[in-house]
Amino acid sequence: MATIIIDCKTYEVPLGKNVLETCLNLGFDVPYFCWHPGLGSVGACRQCAVKVFKDADDKKGRLVMSCMEPVVHNQHLAVHDADTIDFRKQVIEWLMTNHPHDCAVCDEGGSCHLQDMTVMTGHHERRFTFNKRTYKNQDLGPFLNHEMNRCIQCYRCVRFYKDYAGGKDLDAYASKNNVYFGRAEDGVLENEFSGNLAEICPTGVFTDKTLKEHYTRKWDLTMSPSICQHCSVGCNTIAGERYGALRMIHNRFHEKINGYFLCDRGRFGYEFVNAENRIKQPSINGDVVERTELETRLEKIMKSAKVIGIGSPRASLQSNFALKTLVGEDNFYHGVSDHEHDLAELAVRILKDGPVRTPSTKEIEKSDAIFVLGEDLTNTAPIVALAVRQAVRQDLSGEPEKIHIQGWQDAARKNLQQQRKMPLYSATIHETKLDDICTSANYATPEDIARLGFAVAHCVDHNSPAPEHFPEALQVRARSIANGLLAAKNPTIISGAGCASSAVMKAAANVAIALHKNGIVVGLTYTMLECNSMGLTMIGGHRLSAAFNAVINGHADTLILLENDLFRHGSFAEVGDFLARCKNVIVLDHTKSDSTDRASVVIPAGTFAESDGIIVNNEGRAQRFFQVYESTESIQESWRWIINIGKTLQHPKLQTWQNFEDISKAMASEEPMLQNIDEVNPAVDFRIVGQRIPREPHRFSGRTSMHAHIQVSEQKPPTDDDSPLSYTMEGTRIQPPSAMIPFYWSPGWNSVQSVAKYQHEVGGSLKDGDSGIRLLEANAASSLVYFQGIPEAFVPLEHHLWIVPTYHIFGSEEMSAKSASIQKRIPTPYLLISAVDANIYHLKEQDIIKVSIANISYSFPIKINRNIPVGMAALPYGLCDAPINALPEWGIVETSPLTELHDYVRKTKVQH
Amino acid sequence: MFSIVRSMWLVFLHMFKKRVTIQYPEQKAKLPARWRGRIVLTRDPDMGERCVGCYLCAAACPVDCISLQATQDESGRRYPAFFRINFSRCIFCGYCEEACPTYAIQLIPDFEMGEYNRQNLVYEKQDLLIDSQGKYPGYNYYKVAGMAIQGKEKGAAINEEKPVDIHSLVP
Repeated sequence: MATIIIDCKTYEVPLGKNVLETCLNLGFDVPYFCWHPGLGSVGACRQCAVKVFKDADDKKGRLVMSCMEPVVHNQHLAVHDADTIDFRKQVIEWLMTNHPHDCAVCDEGGSCHLQDMTVMTGHHERRFTFNKRTYKNQDLGPFLNHEMNRCIQCYRCVRFYKDYAGGKDLDAYASKNNVYFGRAEDGVLENEFSGNLAEICPTGVFTDKTLKEHYTRKWDLTMSPSICQHCSVGCNTIAGERYGALRMIHNRFHEKINGYFLCDRGRFGYEFVNAENRIKQPSINGDVVERTELETRLEKIMKSAKVIGIGSPRASLQSNFALKTLVGEDNFYHGVSDHEHDLAELAVRILKDGPVRTPSTKEIEKSDAIFVLGEDLTNTAPIVALAVRQAVRQDLSGEPEKIHIQGWQDAARKNLQQQRKMPLYSATIHETKLDDICTSANYATPEDIARLGFAVAHCVDHNSPAPEHFPEALQVRARSIANGLLAAKNPTIISGAGCASSAVMKAAANVAIALHKNGIVVGLTYTMLECNSMGLTMIGGHRLSAAFNAVINGHADTLILLENDLFRHGSFAEVGDFLARCKNVIVLDHTKSDSTDRASVVIPAGTFAESDGIIVNNEGRAQRFFQVYESTESIQESWRWIINIGKTLQHPKLQTWQNFEDISKAMASEEPMLQNIDEVNPAVDFRIVGQRIPREPHRFSGRTSMHAHIQVSEQKPPTDDDSPLSYTMEGTRIQPPSAMIPFYWSPGWNSVQSVAKYQHEVGGSLKDGDSGIRLLEANAASSLVYFQGIPEAFVPLEHHLWIVPTYHIFGSEEMSAKSASIQKRIPTPYLLISAVDANIYHLKEQDIIKVSIANISYSFPIKINRNIPVGMAALPYGLCDAPINALPEWGIVETSPLTELHDYVRKTKVQH
Repeated sequence: MFSIVRSMWLVFLHMFKKRVTIQYPEQKAKLPARWRGRIVLTRDPDMGERCVGCYLCAAACPVDCISLQATQDESGRRYPAFFRINFSRCIFCGYCEEACPTYAIQLIPDFEMGEYNRQNLVYEKQDLLIDSQGKYPGYNYYKVAGMAIQGKEKGAAINEEKPVDIHSLVP
């Protein structure tokens, strides 16, 4: 701690921070642009000037940039001093000389850091009478809008894009007063985190293009705290609605998960909520029916039927549990392929019974060695990939401390660090976007990845099983990985369901357990395929194949399918046959799919924006998303529909449930793995000084006009019986608990930078701590022993390809793939094969290959890849009709090979 | 007694004074241009819609009686897809006009808006938009804004340099 004097008042502050951070923490409004808590300081904008005095007697002082000035003991500072105020005002005036007269048509307006800072410094009149500099804009693809005239040259965009996110195609061009931020030429911004530029940019140079389609100012949005539904990481988001449509997704700060950033899938995947193919009315056999008719028909069907229920990994715990209760535990089936379920169950078992803790994303960011097994993180769990990148960027060599460079001195640190980075080892089926920072990247089939993992585990601890016939070259590699991990203090092992191989996940567990036995604090992360895969596994249920058998054997004739497209979880023929055999198929879903097309009764469920629910992320953290807006009367949460059905059937339990909290309480008492699920957020009757938490900012407009064309008398706003939030602008302005912050705003701080006012210290945790409850903790007295069953080394088969799934951030996830902007980025289906295999079958890039998978013939254009192992092929998950759920599987190649070449390749391979 | 006589005298004298009362509706009052009456949406000198859908009027409105949705046409101009004022709530305070950065929304000296049915007081864009520049002739927002629209490329606005050639190394 240090004692500093600001404006003649004494404060006790921690050392190791810069003056700007310290002032902001103390509540001083010091304006700034280039500094960002996630990026550190470079002193580019000259905005955050304060005065530093030599000592108490120094009356003159000198102006310094507070972001570049470390806090020292007995420092005398002046923030509100005539000189500093004047200086800061002048800097803004300079920045504004070229700033266009655009606020009225600028999407940033109303949540603009430049507006806030201009008002804060008091500059209000343009004295500069000369011309303004202009730039040409670029087309940056479907996500971002570019308006370079508004740029104030703070360099935040390139610092985030290049340094933080590892992007390659955004840069600063030209020089002096003409500096330009953009791409070398027009084109899509390639990085998966490009959407963050809209938040990072302090003004309106980069803005959200999807928001522009239905533009609404920040103050006009009805916002709710939400959880991203597009991968298993569970990033916290703010979802905003206006006029009955979801308008935007913003980052909601969660220190342990997503920090300040979101991936593009999470940010732009929301448009499926407003899509044309939403189910808006209940229908029976294709005919739209009234609600009352639906209820009577359902009652009739359900009373005489043998009903089974199939849950979903993308539905909330509440919906799954309600369905489980309605149909009974014996008739509830989890809605994923058996293989996918086994992987999720394995992950839960390892993390719950094993001795190794699963870290949060923030902890991954701080780990000093990382080993990724089989997971293409950028495409399956993008925010984890971003965290891995930060971990690798750390400089833990001790050099900076030696010459007194502190963590936030971004440019100096980078200069000192040069190419030095933390070790990252990866073993994947083909190259990934993290390869540029890898210490060693290995490309192998899932079996060989697992073998490498087992070998590493064996090198770490000789009691763990070693793979047989392991080549010496790979053994050397395994040893070097093991040495790297053993040298670390808190390494992280990352694997997941991505390569659809339990062996890979077991190998990862063995490595982690081996390190743990060596006394190293190791973390083990498994990424899952869907947002609530973990939660569904915790609720349990029978296998999907058992559901198929139950119907075939006549034990059941009616199916309730919850928010699930079964065709993604079973082969087309099998699922089609199953649905055809069911006398009645009742589907609760929000978006049309192949399953809803075959349903006899379709019930419109709410999406995440129209629902309350809890989902469990890959860390085992249960988090709640809140309803953003009340939809039409016929669209409601799946669990509410199920309660209603239960009521008409006079179901003993469902009858007693009224709202969200009743289900959560029942779940907490009945589900052994979800014992404190009802404590995820404060109870329904939680109030702050007797008031609810408003979903709308106090500047919300149009209240007496937005519905006036329908009915000039204003209707009572809907009340929320499921949460302490209100659908109006009335309510408390006191900071709500972390799980229930609907938007960030503070007087004078309208932009996203206002999150600082909600944190203990800028960039630190929220004042109320982290939201969510972790359901998976390591078991210290674990009896989990090393996994055995090491797979055999992969041997290519003649005329065959071992087909494994590969993933795309845009397209592999079901719901985001229905978003209009994401659709523009989805690649066309293909089969990725090695150059050697392409030669064998005499194929060039984009040629069609015919492959038979599980006795069904498919044709794919091929993509040739240098790194993918020979004899293996990768099929993008979710992009085509192929049976993704059945992978990995041998595909019989029906395209005829060139025989001589095939023999040659096999010979050389044997020699190798 | 005296005061009664005096009052009657004064009243009598008033018979010879100029009449203040106007015989409305037969006779119309002459209202100043800045009188705050019915709200209109005006057009710029090129007869394009002045409103760019910035939502400032709606935010300024103390009774929240303005709602709109901004959108953009092919030429890059922003305009309101709908613009609705609920005059049954409007208090004619003129804040919307003050907030408007493009002189689009203006209050004019017309107050004859009586309706038997309250629903008729909900004015949509077609009821609000007039073919005139209103009180502020000559102002064209896009001529001073930095956004490019069809017919006004980057650098073509008032007080703008030609776009920077970012490939040039000349100082």
